[in-house]
Amino acid sequence: MKVQVPLVITFIVGFALIAAIFVPHDPFHAMDQNFSIYFDLIAVFAFILGGGNLLKIHGNKIWKRGRDWKYSIVTVVGFLMMMIVGTFKLGGPPGLTGDVAADGSWFKFMYDSIFVPLQSTMFSLLAFFVASASYRAFRAKTKEATILLIAAFIILIGRTPLGHYLTAWLPQPLQFLHIPNLSNWILSFPSMAGQRAIMIGIALGIISTSLKLILGIERSYLGGEGK
Amino acid sequence: MAKGKRDIVDILKAMDRRVIFLLIALSVIIPLVFHLVFSVRTSPIVQAIFDKMESLPPGSKVLVSFDYGPSTAPENQPMAEAIARHALQRDLKLYFMAVWATGPPQTELLIADVINADFPKKAYGKDWINLGFKAGNQGLINAILLDLKSMYTTDVHGAPINSFEMMKDVQNLTDMALIVCIGSGFPGVREWVQFAGDPGDIPVAGGVTAVEAPLLYPYYPRQLLGLLGGLQGAAEYEAALVKAYPQFKGRANSEQAVQLMGPQTVAHLVIIAFVIVGNVAFFAERRRLARAKKA
Repeated sequence: MKVQVPLVITFIVGFALIAAIFVPHDPFHAMDQNFSIYFDLIAVFAFILGGGNLLKIHGNKIWKRGRDWKYSIVTVVGFLMMMIVGTFKLGGPPGLTGDVAADGSWFKFMYDSIFVPLQSTMFSLLAFFVASASYRAFRAKTKEATILLIAAFIILIGRTPLGHYLTAWLPQPLQFLHIPNLSNWILSFPSMAGQRAIMIGIALGIISTSLKLILGIERSYLGGEGK
Repeated sequence: MAKGKRDIVDILKAMDRRVIFLLIALSVIIPLVFHLVFSVRTSPIVQAIFDKMESLPPGSKVLVSFDYGPSTAPENQPMAEAIARHALQRDLKLYFMAVWATGPPQTELLIADVINADFPKKAYGKDWINLGFKAGNQGLINAILLDLKSMYTTDVHGAPINSFEMMKDVQNLTDMALIVCIGSGFPGVREWVQFAGDPGDIPVAGGVTAVEAPLLYPYYPRQLLGLLGGLQGAAEYEAALVKAYPQFKGRANSEQAVQLMGPQTVAHLVIIAFVIVGNVAFFAERRRLARAKKA
């Protein structure tokens, strides 16, 4: 029963939602609508599950003095502070329906003063590491690497106004060599062709995996090996 | 070369990465300090969004989804503000929402920088409304495609959704004339195309980081009517906006992406220079080793 019931639910819901795409009439239309809402309700519970899991993993690390356990203290304290301040709407309009990020609220203050600068800083560091990696790793060792480098140069210059200034003087018959045009061509043809191929491959893989899940062939989500 | 003596190749090979970091920092700071600004031309993929907005009659409904956070705000925020500025100038009705939890603060920034600053006469609930964030990722988009009010029973401030004039004739996403998703990951533009634009036959435009833009080209132009790619895309839209509406020229935040193209251009050139120098050092070292082997 522990295995059969989830399999039956997966089978029925899976086929019902596939049918809802092709059959716009009730009951499939109503099912599509309702299941989307149920999905969102479950997604909200996923937040609780995620938070609980974070506390469990880091709590365990702190208790057992695992590797870098002091950083886990920072994680847990930060998480609990934001949760308490947001849940009880400290400093803001009280009550369940009050705006958690109202002006003057502690949540907004912590978000603006701590989260925003930290996230901006972490992302900004990427620029420096990309430059350093470019210097050390981008080598024209092979023909393919050389083509990649040339394409990278064209895109780097083409994605700035300089690309237009450098080749604006080209006569009409040679406009295809105008850097912005070359940049657009690379993005619209070879890059897009590769992206499309990857997306179709991924989509076919998703269809295959979804069918295996719906038909009960793939049972890893139940916590055991598929039979 | 005599043993123990280092030549230029050895110096380049062993260059401390802090030198690279310093040069990148200077390449951004110096153009900012000296206000290095280039004129920007609008590309067809950005012009398509601009033309669509221009073609919408006043009163048309435009949904803007803030699916990004502070980390990508330097690229995404100018896009969102340019789109909002354009929509309000054309008397379109703006519906703000977010599928990312970090979206609402970016919406608040836009409200302060664009609506309160440039369009103080636009009324909340009549010309624009902020629906806020809801969890659910693509499930949310799927749900509001069919019934928006089942998910959004109130606005972001907790007021009942039907108390707003501009929500009375909105049942679901198909009532929108255009959906603009400003995003930087999952869920983002791709999910809006897959779960709203394509099934609902609703025009979708996107604004994404430069890194994500190439991944969305397969959807252009049929499923995605246009795409703002990175800071360049934002600058192109601002340039088109200022060209069509010169009253925006010279205002504090209406050309922020155009202003930032100077530092981006110089930084790109510095990176290109690093790659060239790195390759010169690599090939010089290879030739040196080949000569040493022959000898």
